[in-house]
Amino acid sequence: MMPTMYNSTNSAAGDTEKQFIDAKAYILAATTKDGTNLYDHLAHCLTRLLNEQPRNSADIFEDISKNVKSEASRPQQDTLRDRAAPDSEHTLAEEQKPLFDKSDNVEELDDEALQSPLPNLLECAYYFEQSGIGLGREETYRIWLSLKQLVDKYQFEKVRFWGKIFGIQKNYYIAEVKHGDDDTADEEDEEEQKDSEDDKEIEDEEQEQEEDPLPKPTFKPPPEVPKEEKGTGVNKLSYYVCNHPGMQWVKLPQVTPAQISQARNIKLFLTGDLNRTIDSYPSYPGVEKHYLRAQLARISATTHVSPAGRFKFNDEEEEAEEEGGRENYQDNEEFKGGLLSLLIKVASIFILNFAGAALSELIDEEFNGWVHHVQHILPQGRTKWWNPKQDSDKGEENEEEEEEMKAEGSEEIEPESGPPLLTPIGADTEIDGIRPWTAKISSTLIPQYACAFVRSNLWPGAYAFARGMIWENLYVGWGHKYAMTDYGPQLPPEPAAEYTDGPDIGETEDPSPEEEARARASQEEAAEEGEEEHEEELEDDEGDD
Amino acid sequence: MGIESKNFSLDVDLLAYSGIVFSPEQRAALQTSMVILKEQYRFKSIHLWGKILGISDDYFIVQGRSKNELTERQFLYSKDCINWSMLTAATDEAKELSPMCQGRFTGDASHEFEVKKFTVTNEGTEEENIDEEKARLREEERLAAVLWQIEQDSLIIPRGSYVLQPNGDVERNRTFEGLTATEAGKLTNYFHFREPIQLQQKSLLYRASLDKSIQFLDTVDEDIPKGSWSVQYERGTGLIQIRSLKWLGMSFFHIPETNRYGSLYYGIGEENKDLPFMI
Repeated sequence: MMPTMYNSTNSAAGDTEKQFIDAKAYILAATTKDGTNLYDHLAHCLTRLLNEQPRNSADIFEDISKNVKSEASRPQQDTLRDRAAPDSEHTLAEEQKPLFDKSDNVEELDDEALQSPLPNLLECAYYFEQSGIGLGREETYRIWLSLKQLVDKYQFEKVRFWGKIFGIQKNYYIAEVKHGDDDTADEEDEEEQKDSEDDKEIEDEEQEQEEDPLPKPTFKPPPEVPKEEKGTGVNKLSYYVCNHPGMQWVKLPQVTPAQISQARNIKLFLTGDLNRTIDSYPSYPGVEKHYLRAQLARISATTHVSPAGRFKFNDEEEEAEEEGGRENYQDNEEFKGGLLSLLIKVASIFILNFAGAALSELIDEEFNGWVHHVQHILPQGRTKWWNPKQDSDKGEENEEEEEEMKAEGSEEIEPESGPPLLTPIGADTEIDGIRPWTAKISSTLIPQYACAFVRSNLWPGAYAFARGMIWENLYVGWGHKYAMTDYGPQLPPEPAAEYTDGPDIGETEDPSPEEEARARASQEEAAEEGEEEHEEELEDDEGDD
Repeated sequence: MGIESKNFSLDVDLLAYSGIVFSPEQRAALQTSMVILKEQYRFKSIHLWGKILGISDDYFIVQGRSKNELTERQFLYSKDCINWSMLTAATDEAKELSPMCQGRFTGDASHEFEVKKFTVTNEGTEEENIDEEKARLREEERLAAVLWQIEQDSLIIPRGSYVLQPNGDVERNRTFEGLTATEAGKLTNYFHFREPIQLQQKSLLYRASLDKSIQFLDTVDEDIPKGSWSVQYERGTGLIQIRSLKWLGMSFFHIPETNRYGSLYYGIGEENKDLPFMI
C-alpha cells in the first residue's frame, strides 16, 4: 500500500473528512499481538503524558509507550496469585525479634546486676567510624544484642566482637570469648578425638591378627604435633560464630597445629557453611569450620595489637621456660605513657592506672607505640615449640624402630622461635619493602578529639584504634593474607625411591669374548676335577658293594 | 557505577554491610566537594566512586559523567576530600604495565614503580629468547589504569536501569522501577557497564531477539571464572549486596522494587589473581 499524505491544507473540506475517517479506521484496525489496538494505545499514552507531564516527554516517549503496553497486559497474570509468598525479609525480621526481648533481671539497675562481660560495642563502633572502618551503626547494634544473648547463655570471663568475615554465600560474625574456669564446653571436642583414636586402634588390631602380615613400609610419617591445651597458646581464647545476628552462636573447635600450618598452604574463600568439605591440595585436615578457626588464629596472632604499656608481664613469670617465652601478661597498673614515664618511676609513689598513650606516639612512624599482645605462631603451628624427638623417645617401645631413629635422626632439630610477646609492631618484617602497618589519625581538621588507628597491610581488613584509655581491634574482610606474588599450590612430593641403588643391583657390562673363554676354560677344569672325584666315589662305592 | 552525589547521604549507609564506612568528616567533605566539582567541570552527574587504600595515604575517587554515561567519564582523585586533581585517562602502555606491577599503592602520586616486562623474541625457533625490560610506571598512571580495569571487570548495573537512546547515548532509565526480589538474586539480570564484548560474539539469531534499548550490554553471569561474584541478601530480601571476588572491595547494592542501586570500590586496588584457586 502506498502511504498517502494527509495534508489538510491541500484538500477540500470533504476530502479532509474522508481522510480523517480513513485514518481513524486504520488506527482502530491496527492491533498489537495481544489484541489492543493502536487507537487505544495512543490514547493511553497521551492520557498518561497529560496526567504526569514529565519534563522531557519527547525524549522518554518510547519508555512511556513500552510501559503502557506492559501495564495493559499485566492484569492477565494477577488473577493467578492469591496470596503473597512469605517474604524472606519478614522471616528475618521475625528471627531477629527475640533479640529485642528484655531479659528478666534488668529490673534492678544497680551496678552489681549490670556487671557483665559484654563490651561497649557502640562506643568502639563510634571510634571506628571516625576512622572510616566498621559495619554501620544499625548492624553493630544488632550484633551487640546478639552478643548479649550469647553472654546471657554462658558464663564467660570476657567477650569481644572479633569481626566479620565475608563468605560467598553467607558471612560470619565472630565473637572472641575467654572462658571462665568451667570446662563443660570442651567435652564435645574431646569426644570427637577419642572416637578417631578408637578407630585407629581397631584397624591396628585387625592387621596384627593376619597370619601372613604384609611387609610394613619403612616410611614413618612425621609425628603429629600435639595441639596446645585449652587456655594456652593458640587456644587461649575460644570463638563463637553465627551467619547473621539473631542466629544461634556456634562454637568453633580448638585448633590443631596441623590445621594452622596447612592453612598457610591453601587459599580458599569461605562459603558460609561451617561443614563444607575443603577440596584442596595439599588436603586439608578438616572442614570449613577448622579452616575458619585456623585463619582466626593466624589473623589474631599477627594483627591483634594494643597501645604500648597497656599490658605488662606478670611478675611471677619472670623466669622464661626453656623454649617458650613469657606467656602471661596482665593489665598494666603502673603505666603512664609518654615522656613522663621515667620521671614518674623515680619520683612518684602514687601511681595511677594506665592513663593512656599519647596520640603522637601512636601514629609515630616507628610504630613503637603499639605492641602485639597475642603470641606469634611458629611455623610448626603452635606458639610454644614442641620437640618431636622428645615424644618419640618416651612413646616407642619397639626397639628396632628406636635404633633406626637414633641412627638416622641423630641431628639436633633446631627449635623454632618467634618474636616474644609484647614486641612493638615496628619490628614486624616488611612485605617486600612495604611497611606492614599503616598508622593514621582519624581527623586532621579537629585533632583534639581524634583517635589514632592502625591498619595491617599484611592482612587487609585488620584494624585497631586507640584513644586515651580506649582501644580495640576489629577485622572486617575476606580472611586472606596479602602477598605480592601470586599464590601457587604446593607441588606434589617427588616419588620415593623404590629400592636403594647399590652395587648388587647395578648392571654390569657383559663380559668380553676373552673373559668368556677364560671363564669357560676354568669351568671345564673344575668339571673334570669334579668328575674324577665323583668317579672315585663311585668306584669306592662299587668297591664296597 | 558509584553513588550519585544526590543520593549520597542515604545510599552510602547501605554499603556498610560490606564493610564500607566513611567517617562523618569525610562524608561532609565529600558532599561539599562533589557539588563544587560538578559545577566546576560541568558534569551532568557526579558520583563517588570509591577509595583506594595506599600505604601512607588513601585516594578518594570521584567520577563525573556527561550525557553519554557509558563513554564519557572522568575520574578525579584526592587524598583529603578537599583538593581534587583530574586523572588523565590511562594510556595503552599503562594499561599493559599495570597488571604486571607489583606492590601496593604508596599514596604518593609521583612515585615510580619499576615494572619488569618480559617479551619473547623469535618464538618457536631455536633462538627463542625471553628479554627482560624494565619500564617505569608512575603511580598516577597506574591508578588510572587500575580504575579503568576495575570498571571493565566489575562495574555492574541492574537490567533495565540504563537505556540506549536512538541517538546512541546511554542514559539512566527514568521509568526503572527496580528488579523484583527473585530477579535481583540472579546474576543474569545484571550487566557490565562497559562496551559490550561478549555480546558481539553471540549469534545473530540471539541478538535479533533482544530488546535493543535495554539489552545492549554483557550480562554478568558469563564471567570467567564462573562464580566470581557473591550475591547475598541482607535484611531478608530487602537489600541485596553483590561483591566481586575478582576485585576484592567492589560492592554493589540494590533495594529490590525500588530505583535505588549503587556501587563502591573500597580496597587496595589490586586484582585477586588467585581467584581460580579460591573458589
